[in-house]
Amino acid sequence: MTYIGIIITFVFINNIILNQFLGLCPFIGVSRNVESAVGMGFAVTFVMSLASLTTWMIHNVVLIPLGIEFLQTITFILVIAGLVQLVEMVIQKISPPLYKALGIYLPLITTNCAVLGIALIAVRNEYGAIESFVAGFAAGVGFLLAILLMSTLREKLDTEWVPKYLRGTPIAFITGGLMALAFMAFDVALLRNLIG
Amino acid sequence: MSTMTTLTRGVYRENPIFVIMLGLCPALAVSTQVVNALGMGAGVIFVLVCSNAFVSLLKDFIPEKVRIPAYIVIIASFVTVVDLSMQAFAPALSRNLGVFVQLIVVNCVILGRAEAFAAKNTVGSSVLDGIGMGLGFTLALVVIALIREVLGNGTITVFPVGGFDGTFVIPGLSEQPVRIMSLAAGALLVMGYLKGLLNVIEDVRARARSAATRSATRDGGRA
Repeated sequence: MTYIGIIITFVFINNIILNQFLGLCPFIGVSRNVESAVGMGFAVTFVMSLASLTTWMIHNVVLIPLGIEFLQTITFILVIAGLVQLVEMVIQKISPPLYKALGIYLPLITTNCAVLGIALIAVRNEYGAIESFVAGFAAGVGFLLAILLMSTLREKLDTEWVPKYLRGTPIAFITGGLMALAFMAFDVALLRNLIG
Repeated sequence: MSTMTTLTRGVYRENPIFVIMLGLCPALAVSTQVVNALGMGAGVIFVLVCSNAFVSLLKDFIPEKVRIPAYIVIIASFVTVVDLSMQAFAPALSRNLGVFVQLIVVNCVILGRAEAFAAKNTVGSSVLDGIGMGLGFTLALVVIALIREVLGNGTITVFPVGGFDGTFVIPGLSEQPVRIMSLAAGALLVMGYLKGLLNVIEDVRARARSAATRSATRDGGRA
């Protein structure tokens, strides 16, 4: 049951973008068309799930026994950088068009606050190994959901009239704000009603 | 490029938040109170100046292929310094900022400046660039925080000094604040409208310039 709780929390209630403000750069930058948004979403989900699990292991197997938790920031970011490199190579091998579409944003997953953010949040919440993995996965799904909705909205916006000064990024932020407003409907009370 | 331009460029013309649009996540997440914005700004200035200085010092020794990981290690070290110092000397601020202190390490502004400026320039101008960009970041954060806190809570919170508890209360607004502004949705809305406002200002300035030079080619705003 707690796993379902974690999933609902990170997909809807504490949505990584619309509630926690992690990973805004790709949210604004890669959401111009649906195809690349979905690609980015899946890449982030994949990296996040792996990263949460890996950083949990590093934290509990290496850092705590050695008493060097202060190295947390450095080790986590290096592990994530390595993982991103791996994902980049895999995508380049499997789907060159997708690799082309994601362009400079794939290496930028390293400096995507969402990936490091969820790893740190999992450690702060003292999650276990599976819980960390589930939290990472759920946060990734939340990211995918938000960026997919956003890209669909922006494709529609392309054909609509938008005041001159709000075209481009400003209207993207305002759209994001209205989406965040809608996501406020999901709160802790909903979770309590669903799973007691 | 003159020393002065290196310093002031980051504040307005190449403001990291409003113009280059880097480092947005912390900017929107911690801008609920002015004091948080100032604390975050101070942390970013420190990390930015130190990492720019070190990247610039070590630029001839870091092999081209591993430069990004090397920069990240330099940045992460200074972020750890900030994180631990903040926990020790300003525990309340550290609690407010939460995970975002450690997340300075993935603030794109810092890696961006290391790669785009510090790796190609002298130590002196890199430090100046760090100060300028850091100030621009802080300024943008404070502007967003000011709007959000005044509208969303009717207060302005700064550091407590002596008998003053650090909170200005704005009569009228504090009884009936626009609560949405201090929540997640408000941050995105404020950012969107501010960026729109900036576009208007840029356009007016561009018109003034082209009128002054009596240039025939007039560009009515950006696409």
